[in-house]
Formats: sequence, C-alpha cells, structure tokens
Amino acid sequence: MNFDLTAEQNMIQKTIREFSEEEVAKGALERDRSKTFPKEIFQKLADLGMMGLPFPEEYGGAGADTISFAIVVEELSKACASTGITYSAHISLGGAPIHLFGTKKQKEEYLPLICSGQSLGAFGLTEPNAGSDASGTKTKAIEQGDSFIINGNKCFITNASYAEFVALTAVTNSDGKKSEISAIIVPTNSKGFTVIDNYEKMGLHASNTTELVLENVQVPKENLLGERGQGFKQFLQTLDGGRIGIGAMAVGIAQAAYEKALAYAKGRKQFGKSISSFQAIQFKLADMAMKIELARNMVYKAAWLKDQKRPFTKEASICKLYASEICMEITSQAVQIHGGNGYMQDYHVERYMRDAKLLEIGEGTSEVQRMVIAKQIGC
Amino acid sequence: MNIFVLLKRTFDTEEKISIANGVINEDGAEFIINPYDEYAVEEAIQIRDDHGGEVTVLTVGNEDAEKQLRTALAMGADKAVLINIEDDVEYSDQYTTAKIIAEYLKDKEVDLIIAGNVAIDNASGQVGPRVADLLDIPYITTITNLTIDGKNVSVVRDVEGDEEKIETTLPLLVTAQQGLNDPRYPSLPGIMKAKKKPLATLELDDLDLEEEDVEAKTKTIEIYLPQQKQAGKLLTGEIEEQVKELVSLLHTEAKVI
Ligand SMILES: Cc1cc2nc3c(=O)[nH]c(=O)nc-3n(C[C@H](O)[C@H](O)[C@H](O)COP(=O)(O)OP(=O)(O)OC[C@H]3O[C@@H](n4cnc5c(N)ncnc54)[C@H](O)[C@@H]3O)c2cc1C
Ligand SMILES: Cc1cc2nc3c(=O)[nH]c(=O)nc-3n(C[C@H](O)[C@H](O)[C@H](O)COP(=O)(O)OP(=O)(O)OC[C@H]3O[C@@H](n4cnc5c(N)ncnc54)[C@H](O)[C@@H]3O)c2cc1C
Repeated sequence: MNFDLTAEQNMIQKTIREFSEEEVAKGALERDRSKTFPKEIFQKLADLGMMGLPFPEEYGGAGADTISFAIVVEELSKACASTGITYSAHISLGGAPIHLFGTKKQKEEYLPLICSGQSLGAFGLTEPNAGSDASGTKTKAIEQGDSFIINGNKCFITNASYAEFVALTAVTNSDGKKSEISAIIVPTNSKGFTVIDNYEKMGLHASNTTELVLENVQVPKENLLGERGQGFKQFLQTLDGGRIGIGAMAVGIAQAAYEKALAYAKGRKQFGKSISSFQAIQFKLADMAMKIELARNMVYKAAWLKDQKRPFTKEASICKLYASEICMEITSQAVQIHGGNGYMQDYHVERYMRDAKLLEIGEGTSEVQRMVIAKQIGC
Repeated sequence: MNIFVLLKRTFDTEEKISIANGVINEDGAEFIINPYDEYAVEEAIQIRDDHGGEVTVLTVGNEDAEKQLRTALAMGADKAVLINIEDDVEYSDQYTTAKIIAEYLKDKEVDLIIAGNVAIDNASGQVGPRVADLLDIPYITTITNLTIDGKNVSVVRDVEGDEEKIETTLPLLVTAQQGLNDPRYPSLPGIMKAKKKPLATLELDDLDLEEEDVEAKTKTIEIYLPQQKQAGKLLTGEIEEQVKELVSLLHTEAKVI
C-alpha cells in the first residue's frame, strides 16, 4: 500500500495546477457568461503535449497513466468545468475508443489528430430515444457495396463542432431481429453530416454540446471501429474509462467550491464574529473536506486498477456516482455559506452548482450507476 | 556550447513559513526551484536550441533537490548533477556552496554559466560571482538580455531600473534577473522523459574535498520572522495640525528624529 503520487504524477500535478491557475481560471466567469469555447486554452494544452496524455508515443501521445489523466481533469475542472469536460471527453470518449478498438491503420490515421489537438475527440452514442437505454439506438448504417450509408440523429454530443471525425454507434443489421450495434468512424465533413450547436444549457456554458444529423452519409466500410456487432460492448468499456474522468471533474469542482466557501466563511462576519466560528458552518466545511478526500481516493483507486489492467467497472461506477453526488451537495452548500452573495455570479459558486448537475447525468445517470454497481455485486 | 545552470531548491516564500527552534519548519513548506534560477534554466535551454550544445543543471544540497533537478530536466535541460553534502557538511554558507561548485567545474569545459540573481531564501546574491571569481572568468549580474555571436556576448543588465549594456566574451558567468525571459511549463512529454535523463549524484569525496576545505565563513546567530505589520495611522484635521502631529509622532512614537 502506498498513497504517494510518483515523481511524474507529482510534476504533472504541479504543472497543470499552475497552468490552470494562470491560464484557465481567469476567464472562466466571462466564458460562462458569453458562452465562449476555450479555444486558446486548448491550443496551449496542445503545446504542452497534454492532448494525447494516455496514448502511445508512436501516435504522438505521452504514454502517461490514468492517474495522471485524473489529475489533469481535476485541476482543469477546478479552474473551469467547461474546460474540464472538453478535455475529459476528448481523451476518454474521443481518443480512447480508437486506441482500444482501432486497427493499426485507424490508429495511425486518427490518433495523431487527437494527440496534436488538431481534432478534438467526440463520441456519439446518445439519441433522442436512446439515452440510459443505449440499446435503443435507431441510427442505421446500411451496407452498400464497400460503404455504409448512415441515417439518424444523435443528441448532446460533446466537442463535435471541433472534431474532424466522430465515432458513433449505429445499427448495422436490417433483418429486424435483435439490433446489431456497431461503432463507425465518421468524418464530420462528410456530405449529409450536420453538427448543430444551439442548445441552451443550465451550465457548462463554455463547453460544446451538439446535435448530429446524418442524412445518407456515406463512409467506407473500413471505417468500422472494432468488431461488427460489438458496438454496445465497446461503448460500455469506453464509458468505464470516461466515468473516471467524470469522477475527477467532480472532485475538481467540489474542491474549488470548498476552497471558496472556506475562505468566504473566514472573512465574513455576522453577529460580531466570522461565520466560520459557528459550529453549523464548521460542520458543513468539515463534511466537505471529508467527502472530497473520499471521492478523490476512489477516483485514484479506479484509475489505479485500470492502470494495473485489472477489472475496474464497479470502482469506476462507484467513483463517478459518489463524486458527482457529493459535488452537487458541496456546491449547493458552498452557495449556502455565501448567503445572498452565493446566488450572484461574481462569487463563482453558483456556476459550480450549475456545472455540477451534469455530472449526475452524463456518462450514465446516478440511477444507471446504481444499476451497474448492483449488477457487479451480484444482484 | 557547454552551458551550466546553478540551481537551488528553496521553499516557496508565497506559502506560509513557520519557524521552530530557530530553524525553518520544512514539514508544511512547499519547495520549488528558486524563481530566478528558473529564468536561468529557460535562458540556457533557449541558447542551446539556437546554438547547439548541452545544458547541465547543477545543485548543491541533499537528495530532496532531485525533484527540482528533474523539473529542470522536464523543462528541457539535458543532464543534472546533484552534489549531495548532507552527510559531510553540517553548516554551510555561500562560501561553501561556491567552493564546491567551482571545484566541480574547474576541469570541465565551460562556455557559459547561468545562475539566478539571488535565491529567495537567503537572498545573498553571492554564489554566482564567487564561483566566477574562483574559476577566474568574468561575470555579469542581474542580466535581462543576452545575445551570443560566436565568442562575443552582449548583455543588458538591470541596474536599479536603468539599463547597462555590456560587451564581453565567453567563457562567462551571468546571473538572471526577472524579465530575462518567461520560463516555460515543463511539457508532458518532457516530464515523461525526465526520468530517463542522466542525473549524477556526487559527494565531497568525489571532488577530493574535505569538510575543512569548504567550512563556512559565517555563522547564523538567529532566524526570526519579520514583525507583524501594524495598521497605518490616518491623520485628520487642518494641514498645519497634521504636520505638527506627524513631527511629534516621528519624534515620540517612531523615534526616528
Ligand atoms: C452536457 C451534456 C453532454 C453530453 N455529452 C455526451 C456525449 O459526448 N456523447 C453522448 O453519447 N452522450 C452525451 N450526453 C448524453 C448523456 O449521456 C445522457 O443525457 C444520459 O446518458 C442520460 O440519458 P437521457 O438524457 O436520455 O435520459 P433518460 O435515459 O431518458 O433518463 C431520464 C431519467 O430516467 C432515469 N432512468 C432511465 N432508465 C432507468 C431505469 N432503468 N431505472 C431507473 N431510472 C432510470 C434516469 O436515471 C434519469 O433520471 C451528454 C449530455 C449532456 C447533458
Ligand atoms: C435574489 C435575492 C433577493 C433578495 N431580496 C431581498 C429584499 O427584498 N430585501 C432584503 O432586505 N433582502 C433581500 N435579500 C437578502 C437576503 O435576505 C439575504 O441574502 C439573507 O438574509 C442572507 O444574508 P447574507 O446574504 O448577508 O448572508 P450571511 O448572513 O452572511 O450568511 C452567510 C451564511 O452564514 C450563515 N450564518 C449566519 N449567521 C449564522 C449563525 N449565527 N449560525 C449559523 N450560521 C449562520 C447563514 O445561514 C449563511 O449560510 C435578497 C437576496 C437575494 C439573493
């Protein structure tokens, strides 16, 4: 048993922390207000070699481990959750399936685009009628000679406006029996492919969330990602990794909220004393510190298991579920500690609270995580 | 171009510092590369990238300083040398450090040595100049610009806000002032490669030095925190009254006149 980070993990943490404080935090409030995507930040992250963090060096990646990924997502999200989700989705939903299931040729073609940051990574699973129940996928890919002709709609897809290609799921059989779901890589400049970016969201305003419309989009059959009919299994595996990213985001946002609340409580005087001298406030802050510590340990444990190439499905769900729920609680309590100021944008905590809510929904809702855990414990 | 950077591990003065039993409490402290030495590392990397050659970062300290050396390697330095004096030297000062560094460098092929202007902990600003003196090479302190053309060097030096332009030749030692450059963040690939770069650890023995050879020339009598600043005093009333009060306060309270 050893709770120390390695020398590399330490150095990555120090570097990304300084970077986040200096380059990411300062514009977060304004980007949230104006719904501006953090394009320059991603250019800088690319210059730092962060965009291909876990992928092999031969494709332009850095070959770092999942714990390092969690560290980077936590620090970015602490400064700006929109930046955090963009990065997390880029790596764990965009790049990971290509790395996990791609042929050598596909990796050579697509991973360098991801690692250099030239294309952001995106993953298209959710549809208007297939959310928690992704087996309900309606998007169809019909074989025609050497091509698939794809028709359908995807919703809530992160990063697609900045992606040169999207891996998406589609039904590839047409015999009316049980759907055969496969993953297919689709270039976003394909004819008939439209990316619509006009959701009005509750939070994560500076992140890119899109609808995809596919009308007779033709891609070569070799764009099939992984095995035909294995699309469902593959995305479950992809989501296991993604959940570590969401867990890390939750820890980062919660940490930011806690630090703001602690500082505010020490400075704010009512009834002639700092409100941090009231036990009611102290207990809130103590609970925050405790829950963040537990959540971070669980995120690291899930990441560590993944790095050890051991099963981590249950732990990934536990870390995602616990971290996102405590993040919601902590951000809400941080607003509470700020009183009326907390309700105002300038104090940041109301943004944290809005951003936190997505974490209980994306990459499997809290209910879905409980279903996964229940199955894992043998129910 | 053979470039050496003198680098010190220091505590971060932006963090809270506490003193226990006359020494600075290291437990809660954060340790960093002395910020002026970061400029030195950055400058060395840029010069190497433009002119070729090799950057070696050098520190005198204990094994904890490996972390800061690795950070410099992650930024892009090629090699690191740690002269570990933990077991040999009980008390050291600028003389000790400079003597050890000069002893290490004396038989090396050295074109350029870059140090920080001062270390933010003891802030003596002596180590760089002392090393140059022991090696018998010229030195220029507090530089804000450096251009190298063959053996010729032009330097801009910060003199209390003014600029002094100096021309000289290699070999040379310079000390870096704020404004020299903007130190880079270590890149992720740089961090991943840092572990594989050579980091040599030496002791006094390896330099044929005895403890007496490097014995400190000074003694620290006491270390204490600066006195807490008190709230300022605002004088009110007629100007004439205020002046009178000010003079009287300077006399009786501040006791400066
Ligand atoms: C900002 C944002 C970014 C996103 N990014 C992506 C992306 O990049 N790629 C992508 O593919 N998707 C993405 N999504 C979609 C996200 O993964 C889905 O919204 C999520 O999986 C929930 O699906 P749904 O919205 O259809 O809700 P539904 O599945 O309709 O769920 C509604 C409610 O019913 C509950 N529920 C459903 N089934 C059960 C059950 N069996 N038992 C108990 N309760 C149940 C759910 O928990 C939830 O509370 C994103 C969503 C958002 C908001
Ligand atoms: C949208 C909006 C509309 C408003 N409209 C009006 C209005 O029309 N008229 C008006 O007069 N005001 C109005 N207010 C102000 C509102 O009533 C105050 O914000 C509220 O009373 C809290 O005061 P505060 O913001 O100063 O927080 P604080 O009093 O500073 O409280 C900060 C935190 O400390 C806690 N706390 C304070 N004292 C103690 C204690 N002794 N023990 C334990 N915990 C303690 C609080 O519960 C809170 O969690 C409005 C506020 C908002 C946000």
